[in-house]
Amino acid sequence: MIAPLIVFFACAILAVLGAILLIIVREPIHSALSLVVVMVSLAILYLLLGAPFVAAVQILVYAGAIMVLFVFVIMLLNAGEEERTDWSKIAKWIGLPLGFVLLLEIAHWLFHSEPGTAVANGVAAPPPASTFALSTALFRQYLLPFEATSILILIAILGALVLARKDQ
Amino acid sequence: MSIPVSYYLALSGILFGLGVVAFVFKRNIITIFMAIELMLNAVNLAFVAFARAHNQLDGLIFVFFVIVVAAAEAAVGLAIVLALAHTRQSLNVDRVNLLKF
Amino acid sequence: MLILNHLWIIMLLPLLGSATNGLLGLPLGERWSKAAVNAVGVGSVALSFLCVCEAVREFAALPASQVPVIRDYFTWMTAGPFRAGFTLQVDQLTIVMLLVVTGVGLLVHIFSVGYMAHEGGYYRFFSYLNLFVFFMLTLVLGGNLLVTFVGWEGVGLCSYLLIGFWFLKKSAADAGKKAFITTRIGDMGFMIGILLVFATFRTVDYGAIFQAAAPYPVETHVGVITAICLLLFAGAVGKSAQLPLYVWLPDAMEGPTPVSALIHAATMVTAGVYIVARMNPLFARAPIAMLVVAIVGAVTAFYSATIGMAQTDIKKVLAYSTISQLGYMFLACGVGAYASGIFHLMTHAFFKGLLFLAAGSVIHAMGGEQDMLKMGGLWKKIPVTAWTMLIATFAIAGIPPFAGFFSKDEILWAAYSGPYANKALWALGFVAALLTSFYMFRLIFLTFFGQQRYDEHHVHVHESPWIMLGPLCVLAVLSTVGGWFAAPKLWDGPDYFANYLNPVFAGSAALAPQIVEPSHTLELYFSGFAVLAGLVGLAIAWFVYLGDPERPKRLAKSLGGLYRLVYGKYFVDEIYSTVIVKPLIWGSEHILWHVVDEGMIDGTVNGTADVARAAGAQARKLQSGNARSYATWVIIGAVGFTALLLGILGMRP
Repeated sequence: MIAPLIVFFACAILAVLGAILLIIVREPIHSALSLVVVMVSLAILYLLLGAPFVAAVQILVYAGAIMVLFVFVIMLLNAGEEERTDWSKIAKWIGLPLGFVLLLEIAHWLFHSEPGTAVANGVAAPPPASTFALSTALFRQYLLPFEATSILILIAILGALVLARKDQ
Repeated sequence: MSIPVSYYLALSGILFGLGVVAFVFKRNIITIFMAIELMLNAVNLAFVAFARAHNQLDGLIFVFFVIVVAAAEAAVGLAIVLALAHTRQSLNVDRVNLLKF
Repeated sequence: MLILNHLWIIMLLPLLGSATNGLLGLPLGERWSKAAVNAVGVGSVALSFLCVCEAVREFAALPASQVPVIRDYFTWMTAGPFRAGFTLQVDQLTIVMLLVVTGVGLLVHIFSVGYMAHEGGYYRFFSYLNLFVFFMLTLVLGGNLLVTFVGWEGVGLCSYLLIGFWFLKKSAADAGKKAFITTRIGDMGFMIGILLVFATFRTVDYGAIFQAAAPYPVETHVGVITAICLLLFAGAVGKSAQLPLYVWLPDAMEGPTPVSALIHAATMVTAGVYIVARMNPLFARAPIAMLVVAIVGAVTAFYSATIGMAQTDIKKVLAYSTISQLGYMFLACGVGAYASGIFHLMTHAFFKGLLFLAAGSVIHAMGGEQDMLKMGGLWKKIPVTAWTMLIATFAIAGIPPFAGFFSKDEILWAAYSGPYANKALWALGFVAALLTSFYMFRLIFLTFFGQQRYDEHHVHVHESPWIMLGPLCVLAVLSTVGGWFAAPKLWDGPDYFANYLNPVFAGSAALAPQIVEPSHTLELYFSGFAVLAGLVGLAIAWFVYLGDPERPKRLAKSLGGLYRLVYGKYFVDEIYSTVIVKPLIWGSEHILWHVVDEGMIDGTVNGTADVARAAGAQARKLQSGNARSYATWVIIGAVGFTALLLGILGMRP
């Protein structure tokens, strides 16, 4: 039963590669596409973890809507290769190394953690994470945050409209 | 063979760290935004992994909300980027330094 | 018993006079007329004098058991077991001092009405003079060391105010400061002495101190009582202008002459003698302190007499004479003859007060001239002044039957043959007496006799008005008869003055070493010898100054360097200036001002501001406006926090 393991490692490597590409490439459009790769591989991992709804939402909303928005904006602004300014010495010499330190730190920490009970293999175990259960919880216990986020989205729409408007 | 949850968590940590590095390293505002999205994704992965580990729903609910909020944030943030680009004619974050002393 | 129960009335009257003149004279100006000032100023002292007379009468009627009269009016301060009340006390010594202070004070006030008639600040003068009388009465009436000290400091203040009365004249203002600062040095010792008294006896009331001191034996080494006595004497050295703190008194002649008469002859400078006499039970138990007092007194008497021989300013001669006579009083106290010291204090108040007032009359007659070398031949022109001054000179020279003979003779006799006799000190006193007679008659001859050394067209010599001559005559009478209290001693009778004061000094007399009473004939021979010294002084002065007019100049030239040394007052002022004053000023300026004040204190304050500014300038750089550096700071915080959680606190999910 090493299939899940293979899938996991494949998706993991894909995700990491995508992230590294995000950093390395020069054109923002290429970074956007690498991010899409990351998101898709994460969606597969969610499936592996037995959360189909979340995986679907990830593809639909994240990869499908948000990244499309990013691409739209990049194309709108004709964002080309970024210029090489180097105005923050502290970011270059301290931020970057520390960023890597943080990476290793968190990874190490999480790797050596003991998260409790059982493990994932995506099959058989009746997922308490069924869509039905999820939506029930959403509309019962988490009704308030649900409604609040609706308002949040409304405000976001309005804000985006106002901010992006050209001055007349 | 089951995959230990800690693997997922390690991956989450690596992705988060790479997001931080990207944030510090890149100069284009939009790319920086994408780094933020990457960090959020990493966190989402951690949540789902924990939800699976404890066999609870709450992690997934949280992921749901994170995605929603990330969407709203991306919308507003990109609107700001648009306004900024119109004003400063450049997408370089180093040029947005009016708060300098 | 009216006054004795309400002793504060005596002090209050001059204080009210001072306040009235001072508070009304300034705003009302010309409308507060001279007559009003006189009425308040002279009247308050006159009333005080009448109250004192009444107190004397009441005191005389008291039986011996009720003496001393002590009245505690209110509690002034308490601190734990310590209590000091506003205590006033009256005993025989107080009576003598009260009579001297208010009596001579009244005469000086009357004299000032005439002397200061043409001066500005008339109300101010009388206000200060009344204030001085108030403080002097506080000093004398005080029943504990603290009330006395209030008076002590107060008379110092009034002395400063009055010496610098013409404060627009720099030399007068400087003289006032010099007086105050020099006496302050002595006052330091006095204050430490009071502290030591409290530390030893747990009280500062005179009666309680002497009771607590009774069990102490006579100290043969420098013990705590000797220390107390020496410290209190230090204050007396300052206030009574003895070596080495005498330098302020000659400069104090910058003040108006009535001030010199009252403060620097009759009353304030005698405060030191008073305090030594008052503390006689302690001194009797500290023979080493008594010896110090006697030595200082005798040496000062001799030293100051030598300086007086060469001075040409009439008031300066009298100033050095005062220092010299105060030395005699301390010599008396130092050899245990306290009553003689107080006797000399009283007679000195009469004749020295008279000398100063008469000198004031001479200066007034000469239109302000004080240099004796510019006087001469005034005898016929101002006869009343001249005769009274001559009487006073006989008194100070110790010629019988005038007052000074009896008192000075007693002192010299006690120094020669008393319980604490010291022949060396007697010799100093004897020579000083000869010199005193010499320079005082020199003063008379230069001023009143000989050639007229001034231009008659510039100076119109006229006799003073009767308001000034009246006090002179009264004091002349007192200088003549004032000594007759002790006259019966000549024919082996009782000494009324010493007997009157005996209850105050009896305890000390009992502690004195026992000696064989010297014979009365020896005493008579001795007195004659002392008179001889006075006459010899007169003769020498006659020879030098009434003979060939060129003789004084030839004498001065032949003495050369010695004359210049004495004329320059042994250059003590210059020595003090170089050794003490200039280093202090240098230290104040260069160390305390530049280093401490500008450098350290200002530096700290300014430095704090500079540090704040510099820190702000550095902190400002954090606000770079660069988003990436902000992000870096966030990362630094995150890394640190994670490390904290993981590493130090050891948390694991």
